[in-house]
Amino acid sequence: MVRIFLAALVVAALSFAAPARAQDAPMQAVLQAHAELIVKSSRKAIGPAIDAVADSGLAQTQDVLQTWQAKRMWQRKADGVFFRGEEIDAKTSRLYDFDTGADVGIFANSDLKQVKPNSGVRAMLGAALVRFQLRDPDPSRRAEALAAIERAPSRQALAPLRAAIGDETDPALKARKVRAERLLTIAFDDDDAIRVAAIRDMGGDLGVDLRATLNPLVATDLRVFAGGDLPGGLNIARHVAPGDETLPRDTAYDMLVAASLAPARITAEEIRASLARHIDGGYVAGVPVAQLNADAARLRAYDGLVAQGLVPARVNDADIDGALASHRFAEVFAEPSPAVTGAARAALGQIETRVSANQILDLTLDALSLASIYFLAAIGLAITFGVMGVINMAHGEFIMMGAYTGFVVQQMIPNHTVSILVAIPLAFAVTFAAGVVMERLVIRWLYNRPLETLLATFGISIALQQLAKNIFGTQARPLTAPAWLDGAWVLNDIVSISYIRIAIAVLALIFLGVFLIVIKRTRLGLEIRAVTQNRRMAASMGINPDRVNVLTFGLGSGIAGVAGVAIGLFAKVTSELGGDYIVQSFMTVVVGGVGNIWGTLAGATMIGFLQKGIEWFNPSNTLAAQTYMIAFIILFIQFRPRGIVALRGRAAGD
Amino acid sequence: MSFAARNPSVLIFLSVLALFTLLVTVMSEAIGTGLVSTSFVKILGKTLCLALVAVAMDLVWGYTGILSLGHFAFFGLGGYMIGMWLMYERTHEIAAAALAEGPIPPTEAEITAAIGNQIFGVVGSSDFPPVWAFADSLTLQLALVVMAPGLLALIFGWLAFRSRVTGVYLSILTQAMTLALALYLFQNDSGLRGNNGLSGLQNLPGVDAPQSHVSLWFFWASALALGVGYVFAAWLVGGKFGSVMRGIRDNEARVRFLGYSVESYKLVVFTLTAMIAGIAGALYYPQAGIINPAEIAPIASIYLAVWVAIGGRGRLYGAVIGAVFVSLVSSWFTGGQAPDVPLGFYTVKWVDWWLVVLGLSFVLVTLFAPRGIGGLFDLVTERQPPERHGANLGPDAGSLREKEASQ
Repeated sequence: MVRIFLAALVVAALSFAAPARAQDAPMQAVLQAHAELIVKSSRKAIGPAIDAVADSGLAQTQDVLQTWQAKRMWQRKADGVFFRGEEIDAKTSRLYDFDTGADVGIFANSDLKQVKPNSGVRAMLGAALVRFQLRDPDPSRRAEALAAIERAPSRQALAPLRAAIGDETDPALKARKVRAERLLTIAFDDDDAIRVAAIRDMGGDLGVDLRATLNPLVATDLRVFAGGDLPGGLNIARHVAPGDETLPRDTAYDMLVAASLAPARITAEEIRASLARHIDGGYVAGVPVAQLNADAARLRAYDGLVAQGLVPARVNDADIDGALASHRFAEVFAEPSPAVTGAARAALGQIETRVSANQILDLTLDALSLASIYFLAAIGLAITFGVMGVINMAHGEFIMMGAYTGFVVQQMIPNHTVSILVAIPLAFAVTFAAGVVMERLVIRWLYNRPLETLLATFGISIALQQLAKNIFGTQARPLTAPAWLDGAWVLNDIVSISYIRIAIAVLALIFLGVFLIVIKRTRLGLEIRAVTQNRRMAASMGINPDRVNVLTFGLGSGIAGVAGVAIGLFAKVTSELGGDYIVQSFMTVVVGGVGNIWGTLAGATMIGFLQKGIEWFNPSNTLAAQTYMIAFIILFIQFRPRGIVALRGRAAGD
Repeated sequence: MSFAARNPSVLIFLSVLALFTLLVTVMSEAIGTGLVSTSFVKILGKTLCLALVAVAMDLVWGYTGILSLGHFAFFGLGGYMIGMWLMYERTHEIAAAALAEGPIPPTEAEITAAIGNQIFGVVGSSDFPPVWAFADSLTLQLALVVMAPGLLALIFGWLAFRSRVTGVYLSILTQAMTLALALYLFQNDSGLRGNNGLSGLQNLPGVDAPQSHVSLWFFWASALALGVGYVFAAWLVGGKFGSVMRGIRDNEARVRFLGYSVESYKLVVFTLTAMIAGIAGALYYPQAGIINPAEIAPIASIYLAVWVAIGGRGRLYGAVIGAVFVSLVSSWFTGGQAPDVPLGFYTVKWVDWWLVVLGLSFVLVTLFAPRGIGGLFDLVTERQPPERHGANLGPDAGSLREKEASQ
């Protein structure tokens, strides 16, 4: 009160325009008390001024801080009084009183001085504002302030946050506030018992924020101590003996050197440099230079130089052992309280277990998703190769054609949802037609020559690929998914799967159903099975085998086209899109067992799980995963040459 | 009857090859008129190596009926083996020379470290991986040129043949092997410099001769290798072994019932041809100067099958003709030398359209000329296949009669 009164006196003495109104204007008084700091606006010194305003307990505090932060606070040059200002034009501003909010009048900018806090000061003002924003009537402002705390937790935020929990009305915000308060308590509370209790409260929570809070608590620092005993008052994580696997002797000695506790070792490089410096008429310490191409001779020469007192002596093993023996190494927690670090370690251990369990779940979802992609890519092949026995190397190019069809449709129909709905049947139609043409022109002449089929369809494959390159260019074309497929289904911070992948899995299941219905329940399916089993017998029963073959091949190709649309949604559409899937697709069919859709499903599942499993062991290297997967498949074929689901007897075809 | 008398085509082939070699030598820049540029000598030398691997492919596919889509992987593996020695020795020379500049002569360890830094710096490492253990020995690396592809083929073939994987399944499996090998080599920690591959292979360590001479030496070596390989292949298929090979191609079960160990025959042919492919690769890549994993991607092996099919499989000179013809025509079209064809509304650029033409012509050859270009020689020699009252299905299914073939 005394300070305010004094400040008021000063103001009163200096000012004619605002004579002795400080008693009725408490905020102005606070501002005037720190006027010098506020105008100087230095980040280092401004602290007390901000604190004084923030702690004033006045209703207008938030308004002042915001005005200040937004660079809208002006000082009248004549008497030094602060106002909230609104610029009318470049020359004049309208001023408002902070305490009463009253319009003071219009002033020329030349009579005023704008208070311009720099970004550092504005950040401090923001921190001071948090406590007010946390209780702001507008929920979005509260959420913003909370997000700021969550982004950058600080000790200062703890008390205002605690105070703001009680009268929070929005349940979601309240839950977030409680969680943030728990985390801040763990990190910053002064009472260790409360912190430990907070850690226990959180239990095995999987949130990344909890781990981000706990990890600094268990962070250790490897330190070296001279003599036999460690100084007291340190929270020691563990003692380390130099020479064990976490601390090799060389590293330990380097630590001593870095701490100036031991002389540095002379490296081979330094020996070489020293020798080069002391060459004397073709000799170094009596050793001819020509002999210095071996380590033993170099050491001899160097020791000669040491004897002459020209270079520092080498540090030998005995020196190192002695130095290491006279020092202690220990990992020291940055956090001083053993109770807190212990609780944090236990909590992290618990979290670890739950994290691995959830990671396995996540991996399973990933694997299933990959399996559905392989299945989708291979299901068309399961018809042309599995049922008809035709090796179609251009299958991948049919997938590519489907994807490009989707791209072209999207160019014409801007609405993504509609364009995908149009693209799927259109892709089927386009690739169905391509399949029929190919069957009529090429494949039907080669039914009994599988190797020639392979090569001829390969010729078609490179022709189609180059054609796509000529038409669409080499750059990747986007095929954008509808907006409702954006985002991911998030179970917790570890387990999540994008909606596109779920959609693809659903599509794969739909295809499985369609395939089963067509083959088992329709006339066409009956005829396909008849022609596959015994073409001539089927022909004598009145089935036209040529027609059935054309339709079967068209069906397989059409499904490849639809798969192309789906694959294009998450992969970039290029002319090489199909080539990326062709070998895996054949593998899927062969591993699963030719001629059986369940086999293809099993094959896709196995390959998907296998690839994800190998990637889990070596996550940085998908190339290695593919290599090992193929090697595994080659071995797998040894034990089940006919695939997982092998047909027996007549249906096997031979 | 002497070998030459039984195989007149061998004599003709050898004389054509000798004449061609002589012609190129006389016209070369190094010791001839300079009509043929050094880079073209290299292209011709590389083409001869491709012809050699095509002969190997013909042995395994045209004669034994195994459509291997992995022989270009063996080819690349041979190239990698010789490339390791070339790169090591070359870098050794450079590193030793650079270190000798210093006041103190370098130790062996220092030189090795400098080489490691130079070679593996590009993949962020400086240590020699274990596969480079023999890189300093030419003899051992030359042995590996044959052994590495041979061993891989032996293991893979043993696994595949003993579980009776045949036909297209085997093709797909060999393709998977090739893909696996290529993907493995693409990794930086495979020890063979990842996708950078090995480079600077055109420089022979310890040789000061200009590239014009070196390329001619390699051209001669390639011609010699092709000649020897061709005679060996002709000898192999001309004897009893060759009869069994053809028997396996035409009807594997029948040969097995006759008491032959089909698997062993297949394994021998597969391994042997892999070794030949390795030798061809070891001669090819020093002329190309660089090898990287993209060279052994599955597509390369399929192209190999394309060459043999277009040339005419089941006859050795067909494979050579196919490889030479297609690879030279390909490099002519894709090299930008072929003139564009203006159609008024669109100009056909061969760089863009050559692959389309190649792919379609490949379909046409398969459908209408299963005997390939080599079949043209039958018109001259009036050699006719036996009349089987059916469509001519080429060497593979050609032994089937009309009834069987149309089943």
